[in-house]
Amino acid sequence: MAPPLRPVTAGHPGRGGAGALRAGSLLRPGGLLRYVPALTLSLFLAPIAAGLVGTWLPAFGWLPALGGQSFGLSAWRALFAAPELPGAVALTLGTGILATVLSFALAVGFCAACHGTRSFAWLRHVLAPLLAVPHAAVAIGLAFLVAPSGWIARLLSPWATGWETPPDLAVVRDPYGLSLVLGLVLKETPYLLLMSLGALGQVQAERAVAVARALGYGPATAWLKAVLPQIYPQIRLPLYAVLAFSLSVVDVALVLGPGTPPPLAPLLLRWFNDPDLTMRFQAAAGAGLQLVLVAAAIALWAGGERLVGRLARPWLSSGGRGGAGESLARRVIGGVTAGLIGAAALCLAGLAVWSVADRWRYPDPLPTTWTLGNWQRHVEALAWPAWTTLMVGLAAAAVATALVLGCLENEQRHGLRPSARGLWLLYAPLMVPQVSFLFGAQVLLVRLGLDGTWPALVWSHLLFVLPYVFLSLADPYRALDERYVRTALCLGASPARVFWRVKLPMLLRPVLVAFAIGFAVSVSLYLPTLFAGGGRYATLTTEAVSLAAGADRRVVGVYAFLQAMLPLLAFAAALALPAALRRRRPRRAMRRGSGSEGAG
Amino acid sequence: MSGGALRLCKVSLRLGPRLLLPPLSLTVRAGEVVTVTGPSGCGKSSLLAYLCGTLDPAFRASGRVFVGAVDVTGLPPERRRIGILFQDDLLFPHLTVGENLAFGLPAAVRRGRDRRERVEATLAEAGLAGFAHRDPATLSGGQRARVALLRMLLSEPAALLLDEPFSKLDPALRAKFRQTVFDHVRRRALPTLLVTHDPADAEAAGGRVVAFGHAPADDPAAGPATEGKAGGPVAVIRPAPLPRRS
Repeated sequence: MAPPLRPVTAGHPGRGGAGALRAGSLLRPGGLLRYVPALTLSLFLAPIAAGLVGTWLPAFGWLPALGGQSFGLSAWRALFAAPELPGAVALTLGTGILATVLSFALAVGFCAACHGTRSFAWLRHVLAPLLAVPHAAVAIGLAFLVAPSGWIARLLSPWATGWETPPDLAVVRDPYGLSLVLGLVLKETPYLLLMSLGALGQVQAERAVAVARALGYGPATAWLKAVLPQIYPQIRLPLYAVLAFSLSVVDVALVLGPGTPPPLAPLLLRWFNDPDLTMRFQAAAGAGLQLVLVAAAIALWAGGERLVGRLARPWLSSGGRGGAGESLARRVIGGVTAGLIGAAALCLAGLAVWSVADRWRYPDPLPTTWTLGNWQRHVEALAWPAWTTLMVGLAAAAVATALVLGCLENEQRHGLRPSARGLWLLYAPLMVPQVSFLFGAQVLLVRLGLDGTWPALVWSHLLFVLPYVFLSLADPYRALDERYVRTALCLGASPARVFWRVKLPMLLRPVLVAFAIGFAVSVSLYLPTLFAGGGRYATLTTEAVSLAAGADRRVVGVYAFLQAMLPLLAFAAALALPAALRRRRPRRAMRRGSGSEGAG
Repeated sequence: MSGGALRLCKVSLRLGPRLLLPPLSLTVRAGEVVTVTGPSGCGKSSLLAYLCGTLDPAFRASGRVFVGAVDVTGLPPERRRIGILFQDDLLFPHLTVGENLAFGLPAAVRRGRDRRERVEATLAEAGLAGFAHRDPATLSGGQRARVALLRMLLSEPAALLLDEPFSKLDPALRAKFRQTVFDHVRRRALPTLLVTHDPADAEAAGGRVVAFGHAPADDPAAGPATEGKAGGPVAVIRPAPLPRRS
């Protein structure tokens, strides 16, 4: 799995002398298709580069629009003098690294403990919906779940806790950021699991385990020793992305993280929004620091990888086959994962219940009266953010899908090989913290007169949508049996016709799933909407997050539940549409006759 | 279907520094089936890919290919009029049997009714009347193989490449399908190259045999050989094998 964004190892046609020809006549100038990779790269890397520059310049005092006309270190001095900074940095590093370590351990632990079991097969089906739910919705649902007045406390009260009124405990937004860590783990573990499943398909994991087990290894030990070292290189970049995300997340931190001080990224947002415009310089320096922190954490992780790799090497061949402890460990890990998935489901259920709750006294486990009034009262207020969410999501996902299809088709027509470097480029927007370049990108948009416009909003979403669409579509696209294409070409179909009539229909399902993933990513974006929307556009995510700070749970439930449902509906449509088309086909063929289909 | 030959002029293949096939010259006459044999990985399938214009760019190839009088070397695959059948039938799963066939039919047959009739007639001729609306997945292996052959023939190729198309069929079916394919080849006078591992295929083909390998090219029965160096890869052209039963 790697992207073809650059023609790295293109064939070298025509080296064979006078009689030689271009190796493979598939090599044809593909018209506009040729320019798609370059266009794609510039569309999503140029704003990041420009955004970084546009953030670092003010960090060193240069922002003429706000009177910054000379370079200096005053912004950095102000940053390091800020009383919240040490606490914010410590909290950021602590929560970000802990969340990543826990998510990784759980994902690997679950694979090791449960591969080849029925629950493993079942997991494949629940992962996509789990991933589709936006971070903010899960965070809000989790807050509803674990707060002293939340569902868990209600289920245990008063018989177990003795609480007749919610106790004054800072469970949500606790000063150590533990609920923030839990919220991140709930979302990042499924992501890493999905990436691991993808990697497993490429390394013949089942055979490796079978061989190890035939040599007497327990199932979990067999997996850890024979499979994990093979797949780790493939989940490395996703892991770095998780680390970068956890270290710089804003929306989840606003809902679940402590406020005094908050982690660095929400603190920076606060500074960027400060009425005192000179705070922008300090905030820009902070954005620079955020980037440095993420880079340092990734470097630290990479160093840790090597160290663990070296230390674990003797263990791989030590002959230890995993003994009595293994079955207990497997049960514990299985239980924890099941608990996590259950908690995520409860988060969603909690949003749904609150959105239709009328009277719900503490400590009743369920509302005593139910109502649709919450929805009716807010339907007008909901309409505009929901419309914006839908349109931006559809537009960003459509543009991303078209660009990715163009890149992949260009790659195949020109026989390019995916490269590791391309993959790094693809992951760039996922590893560079959003807050560290969005301000600069906003400055750029203002200069172009584009800030607060639809194109700017869609473009800013595209940066984050595109990598996910690519990662989702690249494997199935490259895995399509190439002989179908050859057969169609040898039947006289042009490459364009082969693309439209053979490849797209055969890949309809993965294309739609990639589209749905892109849509889900767009729905979940918080910071890009704030910065590129220039305050003019509210989405369900921005509304839900700002409401979560203190509004009635019924209202928050309405917004967050709808936010969670949109991506799920997109997924359902992506899965249902190809099936519906397939069911329709025999009738259509009967009606129009078989032969007419080939006219062309 | 002009009855022209398929002519290879000093066709050679390289993969990186490795020479797969030293320059091979061969003329496959109209209606003749020339068999290509050799160990796995020696470049047989790559040769076919080169001939039909779909060779992976990782390979370097040289030499010219003629279909009849036309030099097709620089042409894109869809304009070469070289049909190919693979080990798998590769019917498009999203199209019905009839739509698969219509996909092969040239666009010159314009009217929907004409196209439909051609497809129906082709199916009826092959004993598959009434199959037009069927999903390819509901067909037996033998039926699918026949549909793949019909689809390819409907595209009116001027030459044929067969990449082990019989190897996945069970033995009884294989002989029958092979006979069907060869009957079509002879009736339409198509020059045909057949890649196979099965000596019975070569025998049934009844044409010359091109053997890829590393043996020194001193076979007295061999015709013009490739210009390989001793010890390197060579392709030896032998006369048709004698049938086991006369």
